[in-house]
Amino acid sequence: MNVNALIPTVDWRALAPFTIVVCTGIVALIIEMLRPRRNNNLVVGVSLFGLLVAGWSLFGMLGGPSDESFAGMILNDRFGQILQLVMVGSCAVCFLFSEPYLREKRIPFAEFYPLALWSTAGGMLMVSSKHLLMVFLGLELLSISLYCLAGMSRYESKSEESALKYFLLGSFASAFLLMGIAFIYGETASLHLGRISEVLGAASASPLSTIGAAMVLVGLGFKLALVPFHQWTPDVYQGAPTNVTAFMAAVSKVAALGALVRFLWAIGTLDTVWFPLMWWVAVATMTVGNLAALVQNDVKRTLGYSSIAHAGYLLVGVLAAFSAPGRVSLDATAFYLISYAAMTIGAFAVISLTASGQHEGTRFYDVRGLWKRAPWAAGCLVVFLCSLIGIPITSGFFGKLLIFQAAFDAGLPALAVLLAVNSAISTYYYLGIIQAAFVTEEGAVAPRFGKPSASLNLACAVCLAGVLGAGLFAGPLIRGMGTAEVGPPVGVPVQDPLTIHTKNTSD
Amino acid sequence: MTANQVAFLLVGGLAALGATGVVACGEKPVRSALCLVLNFFLLGVLYFMLGAELLGIIQVMVYAGAIMVLFLFVVMVLALQSQEAPRHKERRWPLAIVGAIALAATVASVIVTFDPSPFSQPVGDGYGKPQAIGAYLFTEYALPFEVASVLLLVGIVGSVLLARRNA
Amino acid sequence: MGLVNDVPLQWFLALSLYMFVLGAIGVMVRRNPVVMFMCIELMLNAVNLTFLAFARYQPSGALASGDVPTAMAGQMMVIFVMAVAAAEVAVGLGIITAIFRLKNRADADDLGSLRG
Repeated sequence: MNVNALIPTVDWRALAPFTIVVCTGIVALIIEMLRPRRNNNLVVGVSLFGLLVAGWSLFGMLGGPSDESFAGMILNDRFGQILQLVMVGSCAVCFLFSEPYLREKRIPFAEFYPLALWSTAGGMLMVSSKHLLMVFLGLELLSISLYCLAGMSRYESKSEESALKYFLLGSFASAFLLMGIAFIYGETASLHLGRISEVLGAASASPLSTIGAAMVLVGLGFKLALVPFHQWTPDVYQGAPTNVTAFMAAVSKVAALGALVRFLWAIGTLDTVWFPLMWWVAVATMTVGNLAALVQNDVKRTLGYSSIAHAGYLLVGVLAAFSAPGRVSLDATAFYLISYAAMTIGAFAVISLTASGQHEGTRFYDVRGLWKRAPWAAGCLVVFLCSLIGIPITSGFFGKLLIFQAAFDAGLPALAVLLAVNSAISTYYYLGIIQAAFVTEEGAVAPRFGKPSASLNLACAVCLAGVLGAGLFAGPLIRGMGTAEVGPPVGVPVQDPLTIHTKNTSD
Repeated sequence: MTANQVAFLLVGGLAALGATGVVACGEKPVRSALCLVLNFFLLGVLYFMLGAELLGIIQVMVYAGAIMVLFLFVVMVLALQSQEAPRHKERRWPLAIVGAIALAATVASVIVTFDPSPFSQPVGDGYGKPQAIGAYLFTEYALPFEVASVLLLVGIVGSVLLARRNA
Repeated sequence: MGLVNDVPLQWFLALSLYMFVLGAIGVMVRRNPVVMFMCIELMLNAVNLTFLAFARYQPSGALASGDVPTAMAGQMMVIFVMAVAAAEVAVGLGIITAIFRLKNRADADDLGSLRG
């Protein structure tokens, strides 16, 4: 066998951000082993520097043409680059407020930083590959790190329980994803999404490929917390340490959405099967998430349900882009992801202030009086929650508006209306959190909150800049994104299912 | 019936029996684990029948060997043989039955509607041999190979994190 | 083994789907996390068997069928599933041990402190 003929061409530039993040994790781990005890500043500094370099290298690639290398395992396109940038940024902001939080909670493990970096790297792989093997490996890299991180608070049984729950349900979902991949491999004899879409487009749908696609969607739907598979979300969000929750809410959702978009693109020709299904899933996800959030009495749990609802909004954007290819692009979804990441991490960062000493209470009455103790953070929280509601000039408003518009343009008015109704419902519980934070309590409230550190204030400021900046500059940002070209990469003669997609809309 | 078919029915039937044992003996984790070892070992034999020789060997060494030893070790250390509380069972059965019916329908629909005619076995001489697998693993699949190494590093660091005493 | 195997493909698929379904039922019925995890391993092995069956029996309709790369993709997938399973076992059993040390028993129904 001529091995030389098998060596694939490698685009090292496209691989650079992933490599940098992984290597930063290794360096951080080595420093952690050698560091003077009780001081993680160097680990944090190195991690942030690495993320900065990775972000810079991604930013440098933004203008370039999309291409595929490493036998189709690495895909370098606009959509993937934007999602990777969001993940790198989210990880960096989480690191900013993690150190004071971990210190308050007496969690002595600096392994958080390397594990979170590797987890981010896994997410970056998921969104920048068209090879199902890489998508699977990326998903596992993302998830296995998160299982450990969720159980990082070792003295709290709720943290350990959330880790166990996340782990068992996560591997259960992975098994479904893999079985789906196996079926699709059986039908198409390929793991490359371009080839898969080619083969599926040429033949009529067989039960093998239909069930396979459904199983892959189950696996990804679990990661994205879509409705029949969402039950783990509030429990895990509540039990995991707050910095890990923030990380999970942003990075793992962005990664899963990117992988979902790539996969839907490949099975585009099976749309009579998955489109009606996903339509109902989007409706259920928005509605169940919001209704369940109404009756919660814990802030982290409420935000967990709210993240389910936001996954539903994102799915509306994705469905709009797929049902009217050419007219409606994924820009609205990508924009919403950016603003979602900023406002969610910001909200969790402020909530992390409730950790004081080893104690942390996140019930609504635990955040009472927050504005007295940390006026800047409490003020930021108001903006983040307003953005989650979708109040004008915040990016959350423009994001929802864009998705609403996209759904209308794509001929899915029912989804658009449901999105608006759900946003209205969500106002109630977000205002509940704001009210709780601004209720003055008689007596001293101070000891219940940790001291708002400079780095936490900085994290809030970065998220605030993200939320307001993306809101104010929504127009230029959207124009600069240009994710319409998620289509086939240059050099691969694949017929684009997005253009031959003459679409039934089920509403 | 050819010799191969008889062999499959024997090995596959025993493997199915082992799999059933894993779930049926769930109240005694040690028995479950031993049934799982049996199942994994027989799967290794089936991999040989499918021509994937190297993977058959890896299956026996890694799964039936290393991974199951870890399982048994944890079961023994935690002494989890303690009876499962019976109160939990009734509550779960309806869910399980619904799930079982749904999934059995899926299996049946695949098997019944499955059309084997387009499938053939166009395998070459090198199929399943270590040489072929090595050649691909270190060229075309070098990137996933490296990612898997990061993944195993995560496994190591993660289990250290979870097992370390609070320092 | 260049010989053509005369066992029908459906037999392999039936066995693997049986194992997969059984594993899924086990995860839903059993409450002991170690046993639930074993059921998940059973599901993963069902996946591996499916991959190897499809690597050996290939659809002639698919483009470039009979290619070494297409047959290799299935085997590669199995190798990586095994690697991932190894990492998952290390982490999963670590989590189960940690929770057991904290509460002195492990039972998925005891995860009650997380209900709102």
